Amino acid sequence: MSINGRAYIVGAFEHPTRKAPDKSLAQLHAEVARGALEDAGLAPRDIDGYFCGGDAPGTGPLSLLDYMNLKVRHADSTNVGGSSYILHVGHAAEAIAAGKCDIALITLAGRPRSTGSGKGNLQRTDNPVQPDFPFEQPFGLATVNIYAMCAARHMYEFGTTSEQLAWVKVAASHHAQHNPGAMLREVVTVADVVGSPVIADPLHRLDCCVISDGGGAVIVARPEIARSLKRPLVRVRGAAEAVKHQNAGDIDLTCSAGSFSGPAAFAEAGVGPADIKYVSLYDSFTITVVIQLEDLGFCPRGKGGAFVADGNLISGQGRLPFNTDGGGLCNNHPFNRGGMTKIIEAVRQLRGEAHPAVQVPNCDLALAHGTGGLLGTRHGSATLIMERE
Amino acid sequence: MSLLSESLPFHPEVQEFWNALPQGRFLLRACRACGRAHWYPRAICPHCASSDTEWREASGRGTIYTYSIMRRVSEPFAIAYVTLAEGPTIMTNIVESALEEIAIGKAVAFVVGGRKNGEYLPLFKLV
Repeated sequence: MSINGRAYIVGAFEHPTRKAPDKSLAQLHAEVARGALEDAGLAPRDIDGYFCGGDAPGTGPLSLLDYMNLKVRHADSTNVGGSSYILHVGHAAEAIAAGKCDIALITLAGRPRSTGSGKGNLQRTDNPVQPDFPFEQPFGLATVNIYAMCAARHMYEFGTTSEQLAWVKVAASHHAQHNPGAMLREVVTVADVVGSPVIADPLHRLDCCVISDGGGAVIVARPEIARSLKRPLVRVRGAAEAVKHQNAGDIDLTCSAGSFSGPAAFAEAGVGPADIKYVSLYDSFTITVVIQLEDLGFCPRGKGGAFVADGNLISGQGRLPFNTDGGGLCNNHPFNRGGMTKIIEAVRQLRGEAHPAVQVPNCDLALAHGTGGLLGTRHGSATLIMERE
Repeated sequence: MSLLSESLPFHPEVQEFWNALPQGRFLLRACRACGRAHWYPRAICPHCASSDTEWREASGRGTIYTYSIMRRVSEPFAIAYVTLAEGPTIMTNIVESALEEIAIGKAVAFVVGGRKNGEYLPLFKLV
């Protein structure tokens, strides 16, 4: 069963906060749900499907459905880290196509900045019962050094340079200057990035995303409902997911599960990378963007560094505008999970509602893609292709 | 009972691995059915799903697949993936080596130790 054309994104909302010391986690979920409902022109009673990820407090969707007092007939709390929400759009489209629900709400929220729990150089506090835990945790595994090891190997195999990686941040900063909500609005140069302190070789401070509180929500609905609403029509054309892990010790850190989810999503959508006008790519670190571009087929394997150089990702300047809200590198990274904001900015672009300085002309086909978990150990990739009708 | 460290939980499936480390022995789990070693150790072979797996003492030789030096901590350290002569690539630390001399492709040898006192971990040093 293809989901191409079977569901539409009818509501999207990014929480304006970047630091929320006085709000509860559940409150943030309810606020983004409210925002997405207002955006769509729907009421809470219209929601009959709900999706959430690992940021939801409690057992899967139970506590948040209770808190928001939503009555649904379909729920899914698949958790593959920060890409979960992109995956959820695909799952919501499947559920709608199968008649399991009509209008699905997806929420994300978190407060890592207020709680001080989100620093990338801290050891991760994964569950000790995980079988991998004793073979990784004692070695000082953190978020930043595992991505750094991917970058180091990419440089070794393909000659990728720190200056090329820096162009990813430079492009994000060019976009963030136009976003009043962005945490980092200053335009930076390649020299700024490679001159910033090394956090974990070869990644510098400015190769890393921000830590922010906040959240976001999107609403997915069946075609007849989407057409009855007043917002521009954003159709789901293709969606796919994949998981990549350590392969019993036979590892390759230079590519991600996007090399599987990307081609599958393109096949379902019936389009190719050359057709895409705008991409939202999970930018936990600059290297993440380079590897994802290769995996999705926007450039050959090993050529991602050259592809992002010289402003090729800057809207109005380069061939492939990306993360025009400033992305996780400059704008927002709520709960250290960048998937939701990737969908939201792609929807803005397709609706023609991005900031005029970064709006892609005639943006009729966009892709959102994320890598959740850790790129260098085990992760889930999700790819979503959307079209303005 | 010599547990790896108080911070790590007891995993009965791999306890023999941790018990061997204080004796200077590095055990790999390998499969009698398909012949392949794997990482991290498991009772059921992740290559062929056979339960006919056994511990084999590893050569302790390997090469650095990738590494990173964590700088923004009180004591910078090198995390790495090392590809063992027996095949699997494992996460570890490079110790007893000058940080600036660590490079991908360099040969390393197994040492027992820990970044913190009292830990017995499979670590590697430049040779």
